[in-house]
Amino acid sequence: MSASTTAPSQADVPETPVVKPSSRARRAGRELLGSAPIFLILLVVLVAIAVRNPQGASPEYYLALLKRAAPLMLLAAGQIFVIVSGEFDLSVGALITAVVVGAAVITDGDPSLSYPAIGGLLVAGVAVGAINGVATTRLRVPSFLVTLGMALVISGGVLYNTGGAPSGTLPQNLRFFGREGIEGVPVIGELPYSVIVLVVLGSVCFWLMHRTNFGRQIFAVGGNARAAALSGTRVHAVKTLAFVISAVSAVVAGILVAGFGGLSNDAGAGYEFQAISAVVLGGAVLGGGRGSVLTAMAGALTLEALFTLLNLLRLPVELRFTVQGVIIIAAVAYASVRLRASA
Amino acid sequence: MTTPANTLRRFAGTGRGLVADSSALVFVVLGLLVAGSWALVGPSFLSYENILSIVQRSVALGIVAAGQTIVILVGSLDLSVAYLVSVTAVIASAIMQGDPALMLPAVAVCLAIGVIVGLTNGLIITKLRVNAFIATLGVALILRGVLNASVDNFTGSVPIEFQALAYASLGPVPYSIMLLAGVFAAGWFLLRYTRLGHHIYAVGGDEETARLSGIRSHRIIITSHVIVSLTAVLTGLFIVSRLRAGAPWVGPDGAYDLESIAAVVVGGTALAGGRGGVLGTLAGVFILALLDNVFNQLQVNPFIKDIVRGVIIVGAVAIYALGSRRRDG
Amino acid sequence: MTEQQLPGDPPEPATSAGPPLLEVTGISKSFFGVTVLADVDLDVRAGEVHAVLGENGAGKSTLMKVVAGAHQPDAGTIRLGGEEVTFSHPRDAQLKGVSIIYQEFNLLPDRTVAQNIFLGREPVRAGVVDSRRMEADTRRLLATLGASNIPPDRLVRELSVAQQQTVEISKALSYEARVLVMDEPTAALSPHETEALFERVRRLQEQGLGILYISHRLKEIFELAQRVTVLKDGRRVGTVEASAVTTRELVRMMVGRDLAHYYPPHASPDELGEVRLRVRGGGVPALLHDIDLEVRAGEIVGVAGLAGSGRTELAQALFGVRPFGSGRVEVDGRAVDLRTPRAALRQRMGFVTEDRKAEGLVLPLAVRDNGLLALRALGRWLSGRLPGGPLRVTDLMKRVDLRAASLDQEVRYLSGGNQQKVVLAKWLATNASILIFDEPTRGIDVGAKAGIHELMRELARAGAAILMISSELPEVIGMSDRMLVMRGGTVAGRLPADPTEDRIMLLATGERDLGEAA
Repeated sequence: MSASTTAPSQADVPETPVVKPSSRARRAGRELLGSAPIFLILLVVLVAIAVRNPQGASPEYYLALLKRAAPLMLLAAGQIFVIVSGEFDLSVGALITAVVVGAAVITDGDPSLSYPAIGGLLVAGVAVGAINGVATTRLRVPSFLVTLGMALVISGGVLYNTGGAPSGTLPQNLRFFGREGIEGVPVIGELPYSVIVLVVLGSVCFWLMHRTNFGRQIFAVGGNARAAALSGTRVHAVKTLAFVISAVSAVVAGILVAGFGGLSNDAGAGYEFQAISAVVLGGAVLGGGRGSVLTAMAGALTLEALFTLLNLLRLPVELRFTVQGVIIIAAVAYASVRLRASA
Repeated sequence: MTTPANTLRRFAGTGRGLVADSSALVFVVLGLLVAGSWALVGPSFLSYENILSIVQRSVALGIVAAGQTIVILVGSLDLSVAYLVSVTAVIASAIMQGDPALMLPAVAVCLAIGVIVGLTNGLIITKLRVNAFIATLGVALILRGVLNASVDNFTGSVPIEFQALAYASLGPVPYSIMLLAGVFAAGWFLLRYTRLGHHIYAVGGDEETARLSGIRSHRIIITSHVIVSLTAVLTGLFIVSRLRAGAPWVGPDGAYDLESIAAVVVGGTALAGGRGGVLGTLAGVFILALLDNVFNQLQVNPFIKDIVRGVIIVGAVAIYALGSRRRDG
Repeated sequence: MTEQQLPGDPPEPATSAGPPLLEVTGISKSFFGVTVLADVDLDVRAGEVHAVLGENGAGKSTLMKVVAGAHQPDAGTIRLGGEEVTFSHPRDAQLKGVSIIYQEFNLLPDRTVAQNIFLGREPVRAGVVDSRRMEADTRRLLATLGASNIPPDRLVRELSVAQQQTVEISKALSYEARVLVMDEPTAALSPHETEALFERVRRLQEQGLGILYISHRLKEIFELAQRVTVLKDGRRVGTVEASAVTTRELVRMMVGRDLAHYYPPHASPDELGEVRLRVRGGGVPALLHDIDLEVRAGEIVGVAGLAGSGRTELAQALFGVRPFGSGRVEVDGRAVDLRTPRAALRQRMGFVTEDRKAEGLVLPLAVRDNGLLALRALGRWLSGRLPGGPLRVTDLMKRVDLRAASLDQEVRYLSGGNQQKVVLAKWLATNASILIFDEPTRGIDVGAKAGIHELMRELARAGAAILMISSELPEVIGMSDRMLVMRGGTVAGRLPADPTEDRIMLLATGERDLGEAA
């Protein structure tokens, strides 16, 4: 134990008689940007891309990047709910694969079945999230195990259904979301629907997390679940809804992936780790209590941009995994060390 | 209070019996499963060939599960084992290139890599204070990237002499089974009879209490991670001897990360650490291999197996968590 | 001065001549600018039981931790057998012969008795841990304590609390402790087990050990101790011979009314309103029984009692944390079932807990978010609106006179007093009008305490019904309009405003004879 008496104590902080309210603008700014340097990192990476590829760096190019990153950004926007509440959701990759394969099987190329299929898949997503939530809160199994187990169950189910080779085809109007866009837009040419979906759902997630009572309770649950419970929060329900949000965002991401990726057994492979890397890169603290939807999405975009940069630098595409591994460890270590320093 | 485990413990002579440190429950389950399988499949189930097949299937998973037991006992976890298995298989095969003279150097290099990976995991967890799940996941991803960027198919080859490990026998006993038995005997001995073993239980039980008694908990944790990485290397060597050449997918294909954790948990070792043992894990490994075997015999769709695996893992942890919650009051 | 002769007088101590076994002088210690110990002297002789007495927050634990090497003193010296020493780590102290047994034992529940005792120094033969020798040595150790009925190969989790304590004592002895520090050793023991412990302590005395014994229980202190040192507010008030002091004198030393600290005036009868909270026959299995109480609007009902008497359990039962299993609870005359904190919250109740950092606040969150914590829990999930209309957090914080740099400051950086104000604000935000306080000013410096007391009285005057648990006698006497004294899980007695410490202690300890009644 320390023998120090020189730690800056609260007694030393000049006490102003009454609380100074900080302006709404300043608060909003802080919320938007967090105290995370992710936006700076994003800028650096985007600039580096332009430097590396001066001819190709047009607005269309960056838009294509955004389009590619949309599923991951959506996933991050959902995953952050789970991570802020103090848990992990590793089932999202398997969910994406299930959505891609499942949509093909259900519709089998018939456009009139697209919307019902999407509806059904969303319901399935809610069910998956609910099971994840209940198993974590009631069965007291660590969430990483529950969701890994769920991923196994889902992928097993999918492969069982397709016998190992995906069958059916994806109808055009389903692939529409991931592939098409509004033509004739000035400057950028085409505004992809996936970007529109991203903005709309990203806003919904932002609103949920930062503007509702539910969102505030997630921060409380992640920061100190016991204090939250003693203050009347229904901790189990809050965590379960977080899992549902994560699963639903995975379903939507899956539909986008179905759009530009096409049908494959591996459609969603690795997305869960990318989502966690993105959220952590954006500055969320694992084990809960801190984070922001915007920084999570910025982290996802940065990750995708980083991958693009690596491509431009002619590094083998498989090294993406290594990059993620380093990012995850570094980001968590950084947060952990900072936490200790301020304690 | 009386639980089946305690009763068995008392019967076996508390603290001295063979199974004193593991959950007795898992052996009961194993017995029931054997009986049930025999009923379902028929007398061929208990034939020598079938039992041998089950045990052979257990060797690869078993070795790494023994290591995973140790690292979970100390209160940590290792998700990087699957890719370390792949890395070992590929590197061993690439170095040996079918030349028996290169067997020893190849093994030495692989063991060295195992030590490095184990040290890395242990240091990240203890010095950088990153939780075990993230740290070992990160290392797994790092290994995966480097591995997949380097090779994408079978590489090199393994000399016949080395393949003996998987295929040959000493009299009636295959070398593979001797290896499995040896690893578990070593693990059991380590945990029961060495200071390191006692300290592993202590650090896993309550790190602060252990430190108050002068135990250097960080060293124990790092050592445990080196041990599990070495067992992953052994598994990799065994697999490459069986496959005759190394490929990058052997680790993840066998789901060695998740399955080893499953075997440990089913075997009665608490995820929180401080309680359990390797013999329970061995039973857990047999249970998983047995289920595999039965499913094959009954021609159950292989993908159903995945579903069952997922449910078993979560179910096992939940059951034990509920059990310990009741006990702790 | 009348001599108190109580049953079970300790035998004449065979204290040795020469330097004391352990002597600390001038010990001072502060944490984050708050002084916890100031210039404390203490010594233990061989063969002596030296009791250390004091209220919560008096500094007993910190002093013991310094003695045992868990804290480094800011000033002062420690002498062992006359020679100056420093302890760098508890193990260091242990190896030099000073062992401490904490109230929460430091044992590994899933390891055997022998394995626990020899943790970190397992005997080895031919490179292998020698379990046989470990168990034989353990058997011998246990025998010297008269505890041969504890098998060395039994798992610690299978032992009773008393047996676990014996294991802890054996562990200390195995380090050849010369000085043993025991922190509230009888807190979890039955009377029978307590007697057995006393026997053991006496045996240890005969072997020449010096024992530092922290306890609230005056009866035990008189039974066991030769000398008693009383601590108050981090200072040593005095050291006396146990055979030459009365209970009343000890209590006065512990509590001693500080004339400079004024409490706000009590409520007068016409300021009291309806009964807001009533409990009849309340019970929680194994913890509380036959609880009857009422709290009116406008009054502060104090709850006094020793550690373990059931005070916190009462608060927890009222707030749905560990709900009543039997009996009837009424809020405003209607029977209610307070099954969860949320149910209590709905009844306009609030609970300022003992441990604000672990249970009252979410430390990484801002003042604003902590203040609105309970209100948001009641709000509709998919809405940003607060139930009951918009609330200006600034005004809320003004009500509790919070001093902080801004509403967005993380509460972890606030002082204890300000943190407590945020917790209170949280309940005020939900218009809670039945408030339960458990140790409202624990860990708060003297200046801020008065502020909290003022606040509480203001709230009562505005109509709140307040139940206040406190182990600080001046506080509970100064604040209460009426008082309940708990003992053994039930209400042992009820007292009007301004009772004497004697009356309270009499009820709290169940002692018949405290000398002259005031």
